[in-house]
Amino acid sequence: MNVPSRAGVGLKPQHYREILETAPDIGFFEVHAENYMGAGGPPHRYLAAVRERYPLSLHGVGLSIGAAKPLDQDHLRRLKDLIARYQPGLFSEHLAWSSHGDAFLNDLLPMPYTVETLQRIVSHIHQVQETLGRQMLLENPSTYVAFAESAYAEPDFIAEVQRRTGCGLLLDVSNVYVASTNQQWDPFAYIDAYPLGAVQEIHLAGFTPETDDEQRPLLIDTHNRPVDPLVWQLYAYVINKLGPTPTLIEWDADLPSWGELLAEAMRAEAHMNSYVPRQEMGLARTG
Amino acid sequence: MQGLAERQRDFALALLDATRATPRGLMGPDGLPSPRRFAVYRNNVVAGLIETLRENYPVVHRIVGDEFFRAMAGRFVIAHPPRSPVMLGYGTSFPDFIGGFEPAGTLPYLADVARIERAWIEAYHAADAEPLSASDFLAIDQGRLAQVRLAIHPTLRVTQSRFPALTIWRMNIAGGEPAAVDLEAGGEDALIIRPSAEVVVHQLPMGAAAFVRAFGAGKPAVAATIAALATTPYFDLRTMLAGLIEAGAFVGWSLERDSGDGAS
Repeated sequence: MNVPSRAGVGLKPQHYREILETAPDIGFFEVHAENYMGAGGPPHRYLAAVRERYPLSLHGVGLSIGAAKPLDQDHLRRLKDLIARYQPGLFSEHLAWSSHGDAFLNDLLPMPYTVETLQRIVSHIHQVQETLGRQMLLENPSTYVAFAESAYAEPDFIAEVQRRTGCGLLLDVSNVYVASTNQQWDPFAYIDAYPLGAVQEIHLAGFTPETDDEQRPLLIDTHNRPVDPLVWQLYAYVINKLGPTPTLIEWDADLPSWGELLAEAMRAEAHMNSYVPRQEMGLARTG
Repeated sequence: MQGLAERQRDFALALLDATRATPRGLMGPDGLPSPRRFAVYRNNVVAGLIETLRENYPVVHRIVGDEFFRAMAGRFVIAHPPRSPVMLGYGTSFPDFIGGFEPAGTLPYLADVARIERAWIEAYHAADAEPLSASDFLAIDQGRLAQVRLAIHPTLRVTQSRFPALTIWRMNIAGGEPAAVDLEAGGEDALIIRPSAEVVVHQLPMGAAAFVRAFGAGKPAVAATIAALATTPYFDLRTMLAGLIEAGAFVGWSLERDSGDGAS
């Protein structure tokens, strides 16, 4: 089942029952792939029930596509099995690394944007897409540091990865806002430079404002609160350029009630519903 | 300039060792080093792993309190970072770590309580299977019961403690009421199993743990009974089997082909 150009939310165990009992009118659900890699148990039972009723997006957080070592073949196989079992409309992973040696660091760590990184990421995405037999979406990161050796601007780097691999993109608008604030970029210019034509999904999430050593704003990508008004502005800018696109509200910590989460998703959907396609210039002319 | 592999090695080492300096070349927007920014990653990794343990060991957390738990879990995550991106299995060795964690030495039952929590999580995520019912056992040739081998349910776990660890666990799960416990009251063994949707925790009578483990090791009923009798003379085979069948402990049975020589 394809994921429609509507709003969806991350599926959380705390909401399983209410979702199945109330059958809310929502575009889709997304799950973290790794949370459904147990052999059995209630998570699979609930996901199967939700999947029978709704389109699904599968979001990986553990493949470590940016690691300077070969991809974990066991993990790729687990992803392939999960995709075969649940037939998600979309599969996405991150422009990040999270493993080193035999340790898994359980965070999405930042990459320097160099030629070496580009080659590494491109080769890994090729492998993922070949093994899974489908296109993957790559998500832009939220970052707190810059690397001295970086040679590409982030949107240019992502555009080059996309061009070389033919992957789709998951545009995390909150990450654009968080990274832009932290790195002192212009988030609207970031969107203008970004290869929007390849975007198949959007993420929105809340962040926590802090400050760095020099009292500059430092936004932390915490997914624990409503989407910030400035992110909604940036989202409206994206939707105006892109048109309605599957949009996910990510809320992973300090979870709200199901009703509050659904309301946040409906807010994204209202933005999409108010989208008016730009008229062809020629049509406006008379005579 | 550093290559990607060196970059990630230095980054990873500094993440898990707060005494290391921020790796060079990591900058704020002014191009200057920023320890505070790198600390965000350090905190995400360490706090995230501690949080995973807190979610998987709520009873240990309740018993020792938040501050102590975070200090203890913090030591564990640095020494034992995950080896797999599937975090459902993270913290398998946390009970053993607790057992050797000196500041928790005044709570000698704590590691055993943690073992019950670990078994609960494993039962929750293990493969589903339909247990045998009592009527399924009627098909077994009663004259050959001693030779039957029973396949145990994939979610079944057994824990053993020389303390009343199960009583302490029950008092400290959500909705439980902590009360004084006599630590000299004797040990408690537990059976943790998910026969269908929900994980169920049973107290096991003496000898039962050895009995179940023998079946788990592929031994026939006679060997399981001998193992149980070695731990207690009051072992009652019929009561024991009935109780385990009721709990959903078995998913299949088989009879030895070479049952004639009694070699087992």
